[in-house]
Amino acid sequence: MKIMKDIRELKVSALRNGTVIDHIPAKCLFKVISILGLDKIDNHLTFGTNLESKKLGTKAIIKISDKFFQDDEINKIALVAPDAKLNIIKEFEVVEKKVVVVPDYITGIAKCFNPKCITNAEKVTTKFTVISKKNVTLKCHYCEKITDQEHMEII
Amino acid sequence: MKNKSLVSINDFTKENHLRIIELAAEFEKKPVQDLLSGKVIATLFFEPSTRTRLSFESAVNKLGGRIIGFTDASSSSVSKGESLKDTIKTVMNYSDLIIMRHPIEGSARYASEVSNVPIINAGDGANQHPTQTLLDLYSIYKTQGTLDGLSIFLVGDLKYGRTVHSLLMAMSQFNTTFHFVSPVELKIPDEYKIHLDSLGLKYFEHTDFTANIHEADIVYMTRVQRERFSDPIEYEKVKNTYVLRNYMLSETKPGMKILHPLPRVNEINDDVDENTKAYYFTQALNGVFTRQAIITSILGIK
Repeated sequence: MKIMKDIRELKVSALRNGTVIDHIPAKCLFKVISILGLDKIDNHLTFGTNLESKKLGTKAIIKISDKFFQDDEINKIALVAPDAKLNIIKEFEVVEKKVVVVPDYITGIAKCFNPKCITNAEKVTTKFTVISKKNVTLKCHYCEKITDQEHMEII
Repeated sequence: MKNKSLVSINDFTKENHLRIIELAAEFEKKPVQDLLSGKVIATLFFEPSTRTRLSFESAVNKLGGRIIGFTDASSSSVSKGESLKDTIKTVMNYSDLIIMRHPIEGSARYASEVSNVPIINAGDGANQHPTQTLLDLYSIYKTQGTLDGLSIFLVGDLKYGRTVHSLLMAMSQFNTTFHFVSPVELKIPDEYKIHLDSLGLKYFEHTDFTANIHEADIVYMTRVQRERFSDPIEYEKVKNTYVLRNYMLSETKPGMKILHPLPRVNEINDDVDENTKAYYFTQALNGVFTRQAIITSILGIK
């Protein structure tokens, strides 16, 4: 049995080149996958969820082989996983660690809180200016109304 | 400003505002000119707004332009379920400029992104109505000779009133002192006070209408609407409180003017109309000159 366990862990951990995204809130795992488009790529992908985390209670982790994100690409997940940490792996070694930063502008991802906004009436991709990064507050590019963290809904 | 859509008053700089005022004054001197001959202007009114539409159409007609369009959504393909995008993508082929009114907020911004001709927002829900703000600025400038250092009283529905919010944003560029007069339920939202604080501008909030009215250079009246109150008793309590009557004007400055975006219901008593301080009907006339200025500047004619 012990051997079996070791093998299982080895399969999950053995990332030669790629990116590990850790400290994702467990309930947001599939949103992160969708935001990053990981459901549409051919790379070797492993994820675990409902893992114990001192900070988050439960967390999720994603490992992607041979995938390295640009900052503006990875920062898109800041709305759902603000505490996410990235380990960049090359030849089994962690060569770089990164945290996510809330971007200045957000396209898609969040829904405008205003029911009378055009983005809720027609097929229009939402666009926001981030007016506060601490308690993330968004201003809609279209209706100019504010969506705060409390009322934020991820598409 | 050539080929640039006018969607939100916040898109315009102080210089743009002053340029429109300057052009409006030119059109006031010579309102009938053959500047738009050969131009087709579309007025797409997805909800009726007779006053705004007539003002735009008058502005275009006096400059020799032609108008196509519809006056409410039921007489257009919208009633067949056509999307805004498709309507705009079609109408842009028939016109040099689209003037649109739409009940959905942000619709004008979206239209400006899908259209290859400029869009003028003639009101998008509770969001923006920039040409109203520009005609208000022109009216203030014309009556006071300046936009700098004035004392402006905004009266009525300051919570939902789109016109007062836009006017506040525009006038905050000109060292204005604001007085907000409203029932508690319809107070000016905090975000505007934060904006004024950040600019170091003075403002005062009153629930009593006549307090300090002698300081006013401009009194800007708006309607207090019954449907804005969650409690009908609250409406009954205040409905006659924010009504301007002629006797209240005796102590006001000689050059003070009363503005109102119209239509009014009862918030300005009829006995004010004959007072030389009543300016709201001339304000509507100023709207035609201001819209001539906006249209010609967007089409690159001026």
